[in-house]
Amino acid sequence: MDFKKEARDFFSGMINNNPTLVQLLGMCPTMAVSTSVENAIGMGLAATAVLIGSNTAISLLRKLIPSKIRIAAYVVLISGFVTIIDLLMRAYLPALSARLGLYIPLIVVNCIILARAEAFASNNSPGRSALDGLSMGLGFTLALSVLAVIRELLGNGTILGINILGSNYPSATFFLLPPGGFLTLGMLIALVAAIKNRKKNVTIAEKVAEDIQQGGNAQ
Amino acid sequence: MTLTELLAMSLSAILVENFVFVKFLGICPFLGVSKSTSTATGMGLAVVFVMGVSSACTWCVNRFILEPFGLEYMQTLAFILVIAALVQFVEMFLQKALPSLYQALGIYLPLITTNCAVLGVALLNVERSYNFIESVVYATTAGIGFLLAITIFASIRERLEYADYPKAFEGFPIALVTAALLSIAFMGFQGLKVW
Repeated sequence: MDFKKEARDFFSGMINNNPTLVQLLGMCPTMAVSTSVENAIGMGLAATAVLIGSNTAISLLRKLIPSKIRIAAYVVLISGFVTIIDLLMRAYLPALSARLGLYIPLIVVNCIILARAEAFASNNSPGRSALDGLSMGLGFTLALSVLAVIRELLGNGTILGINILGSNYPSATFFLLPPGGFLTLGMLIALVAAIKNRKKNVTIAEKVAEDIQQGGNAQ
Repeated sequence: MTLTELLAMSLSAILVENFVFVKFLGICPFLGVSKSTSTATGMGLAVVFVMGVSSACTWCVNRFILEPFGLEYMQTLAFILVIAALVQFVEMFLQKALPSLYQALGIYLPLITTNCAVLGVALLNVERSYNFIESVVYATTAGIGFLLAITIFASIRERLEYADYPKAFEGFPIALVTAALLSIAFMGFQGLKVW
């Protein structure tokens, strides 16, 4: 295993290929739980655990599952892992589990998990699939946390429940309400796109400059 | 539950706690299949149908299989299987009966399985311990709420094609900002009390 390549794949999966902000998968939990940083991290880590488990299991079973019924088989495997996580969270983190409520069992239908099963785990080794699950899961957690930091800070003046903006901050409750979720996510994705466009423009400009230089030399 | 209460529940499922704008369920198809009004309406109708029928099936599965054997913790797994099988049937039916709609919905039809609104409503029915009729009515009206949301949204997005906005907002971001504005509009129903 080429360690350097693995590490590069790991970070590109987390940042450049971020499941939420770049691939635009798994929008429902993203907006629903990003009202507080604590919920966002809890949700992100729960999804990460499911992703690692399901990716590994699917990769181990990839030669046994007939391709015609693979989606159904994946869904069963994934919901098995979700049930495990759900029960564990209810037992050991009852408060968090109560706050996330419906969205924990709904990890089953999070598109990120099925997408990674189909696109990666179904034709890669278990080790690499587990790593891919970790990378995608942390990318999801990162995106959720960024969104939650913005929403909690603007909406409540706090981060992780610690007051940042002082007691005089007039809370913009708008950011904690559903429309605030849509708006913040839209702005965030636009920001990512703007940065990407700028990078692309820079490389195009460099290339054009090179071409001109080469053209000049040829003449 | 009396008829008035059922009616009130329906109205609140459509407007006050709209699945898309208030509960954040079913956002993926909402954003993915809303580029043209006709496809969006087709998708919405398919979702209404699947939600109604699947909640009837999941209610029966829960009441007659899971509860007697004390298997409530298997709800997620059992429900998703019922929904997946049902979507497969709907797909086969549409392919035979309405090939044009089948063509238009294309890859999005199997995606109803992973529409969190469908599984979400099944789980909500159990959580709120609705009886059979309440479950079906709630699921169907919540589906109608989805249909309403996606149809309005698709009509706006069709107009957005000709609008002028910054390049970075192309595609999803402008759609999300539009959804935010629509969501504000739907918040106006928040104070609505039917009786």
